[in-house]
Amino acid sequence: MPKILERRRLVPNLHLIEIEAPEVARKCRPGQFVIVMPDEKGERIPLSIADWDAGKGSVTAVFLVVGTSTRKLAALEAGAEVPVFVGPLGRASEIAQFGTVVLAAGCFGIGALWPVARALKATGNRVVALLDAKADYLVYWKDRYLSVCDKVAFSSRDYALGSKEFVPGPLEALLKAETPVARVIAVGCTYLMYASSQATRPLGIKTIVSLNPIMVDGTGMCGSCRCTAGGKTKFACVDGPDFDGHEVDWDELFTRRKSYFDDEIRSLCQWEERELP
Amino acid sequence: MAEDKKKELDPDEKARLRAGFELEWRGELRKALPAKERMKIARKKMPERPPDVRNRDFKEVNLGLTPEMAQEEARRCLDCANPQCVTGCPVSIDIPGFVKLIEAGRFLEAAWKLKETNSLPAICGRVCPQESQCEEVCALKKATGVSVGIGNLERFAADFERGSGSLEIPPLPPPSGKKAAIIGAGPAGLTVAGDLAKLGHKVTIFEALHESGGVLIYGIPEFRLPKAILKAEVEYLRRLGVEIRTSFVVGLTATIEDLRADGYEAFFIGSGAGLPNFMKIPGENLVGVYSANEYLTRVNLMRAYAFPEYDTPVMKAKTAAVIGGGNVAMDSVRTAKRLGAERAVIVYRRSPTEMPARIEEIHHAEEEGIEFQLLTTPVRYFGDEYGHVRAMECQKMGLGEPDASGRRRPIPIEGSEYTMDVDLVVCAIGQSPNPLIPQTTPGLKVGKWGNVEVDWTTMATDIPGIYAGGDIVRGGATVILAMGDARIAAAQMDKYLKGLR
Repeated sequence: MPKILERRRLVPNLHLIEIEAPEVARKCRPGQFVIVMPDEKGERIPLSIADWDAGKGSVTAVFLVVGTSTRKLAALEAGAEVPVFVGPLGRASEIAQFGTVVLAAGCFGIGALWPVARALKATGNRVVALLDAKADYLVYWKDRYLSVCDKVAFSSRDYALGSKEFVPGPLEALLKAETPVARVIAVGCTYLMYASSQATRPLGIKTIVSLNPIMVDGTGMCGSCRCTAGGKTKFACVDGPDFDGHEVDWDELFTRRKSYFDDEIRSLCQWEERELP
Repeated sequence: MAEDKKKELDPDEKARLRAGFELEWRGELRKALPAKERMKIARKKMPERPPDVRNRDFKEVNLGLTPEMAQEEARRCLDCANPQCVTGCPVSIDIPGFVKLIEAGRFLEAAWKLKETNSLPAICGRVCPQESQCEEVCALKKATGVSVGIGNLERFAADFERGSGSLEIPPLPPPSGKKAAIIGAGPAGLTVAGDLAKLGHKVTIFEALHESGGVLIYGIPEFRLPKAILKAEVEYLRRLGVEIRTSFVVGLTATIEDLRADGYEAFFIGSGAGLPNFMKIPGENLVGVYSANEYLTRVNLMRAYAFPEYDTPVMKAKTAAVIGGGNVAMDSVRTAKRLGAERAVIVYRRSPTEMPARIEEIHHAEEEGIEFQLLTTPVRYFGDEYGHVRAMECQKMGLGEPDASGRRRPIPIEGSEYTMDVDLVVCAIGQSPNPLIPQTTPGLKVGKWGNVEVDWTTMATDIPGIYAGGDIVRGGATVILAMGDARIAAAQMDKYLKGLR
């Protein structure tokens, strides 16, 4: 079974997990994801790939603790094994010489967009990043972004990073300052991706989002992750996860993501009763 | 996509059957009881758990024949000189051969006889549509209207062997030094793997999910095929030396070309029909509308029936509607009932005669309190303010002329629309071949339904060394047809591997 090489809390509620998976590491490309099961009874959870090391044979993901399975994953330490770590899944992000690309990242998306930022820079783009968090101490990998981006801006709700606004305001300001912007790529919570897409729509800037619907198998077999893009039903796991944010039916995505809201709470209560009596 | 029901036996098979027929003990057995007497024996009914008990849990419905019942049932077989039943079997099992061994009380030998041509008899005995294959052409059926219970006997022999604890590993030939890669651990892949391993090749199965079995693990529920039986079959393959790599998605974790570079020389694509079809009607993406694949995968593979002990949830319903009339639809609707639905309803657009499900499954479903709304199709779904499905609009259908499938075409009846309250919908209208391998294997020829194209006599694709079978070429058929393809492919792959320098 795949072994955990490292698991640590990056910032409150966000964890990094590095797993020994030499075959997956050989194939990873920016924008892809893996599916992990924390234990034999866990859910199959999709995690965006945040980094990989083909030489070392390892793959890294950053994840937010939300439900039972992510809580279980966050409780595992280096040396432990997980029953499932499969990938790389989904289509890779389109990487080409676009010109100026603005990245809007929040939450686990800061990790998920890191390989994209790196690849875009290596392809000769001007890369500008907007990292968003509730508070300054929730931003991670600042140094990584500063090492490849031409400019890094921050937004947080606590003034600490110079702005207290949520993404659309600071993003619009960046887009204005960076005109012409060839493309925006937004990865993070659904609301961040939605808000970024709304901000760029009137400006006609192509906006790519990495959708995060509920998945089971992650290989196109179940259709749990279906979402509507451009009026057509798509499977995020095989047709995505990247989609044009202006084409996505956001209401449907928000609704479908909440499919198991009550069950998730029930599961978590049960787990807490068992693990934290 | 060919649907070969009855086929010509090749001369080798005919000779094999003839040799069995002429064995002395078989002759004596025939003499011991005249055909007339045999025809008087009534078919033994498969013992089952009571419907109102079994529809509340996931334990197996059928209990299996006792040895006495099996011998009595075997006695009904006329041991025809020219057995038609074998022509009805996609893997040409020597049916009289194993049935007569049961009659003689040689149960273990009966199981071995089955295993000469079918590596998964405990599974086929449970899930094969015998009534439209071997049992349909049984001479006894022609004579008396009721065929020998071949499927029940197959299950009996296989279960007896497993229960006896003597799952023998056949003597294996010296290693050939050749490596074969099997893509997908479903019925086709497991069959090819077993056959090639027995021929001395090094076999690795690459499976995308975390457990082996394909549709046998994610699709067919415990109450029809207990997981323990599948586990025993997979364990048997491991003992034959087959390596199984789960959580390995060929096409993404490695392509066929990558595997070639790793020294694999022959390939079998058995990746199945893992792409659920939807009807593309309004409201289909509401919460509570599932594909059968998702619904069954959550319950079977992810054990959602034991939520919250297991983390994966599945929605519970007051009224569950399952769209479709095949085995997958029956499995889904009976699952919904077991998960507590007050009403679990099959909505099928044609009449009972066109239903593709096994007769036994339809019968079991009826017994368990499943409702059938036939000649009916959903036209749209309605949701509540939370985006959860709450009702569906249905339309009644009439039947017109037969279509390409030979079944009468359903025709919507104008003005027959009505609305039905539902809080769970499972769409079981079929699957398409999974596109992952075709997309990542340059040069692989694909037909208009996304199916991999093969030469049906060899199951070879256009690319040397790459073979395919099961739903990836058929687009949604049965376990036994997949295994039939697999046997042909395995024989050809053996030839191919041995022909390499």
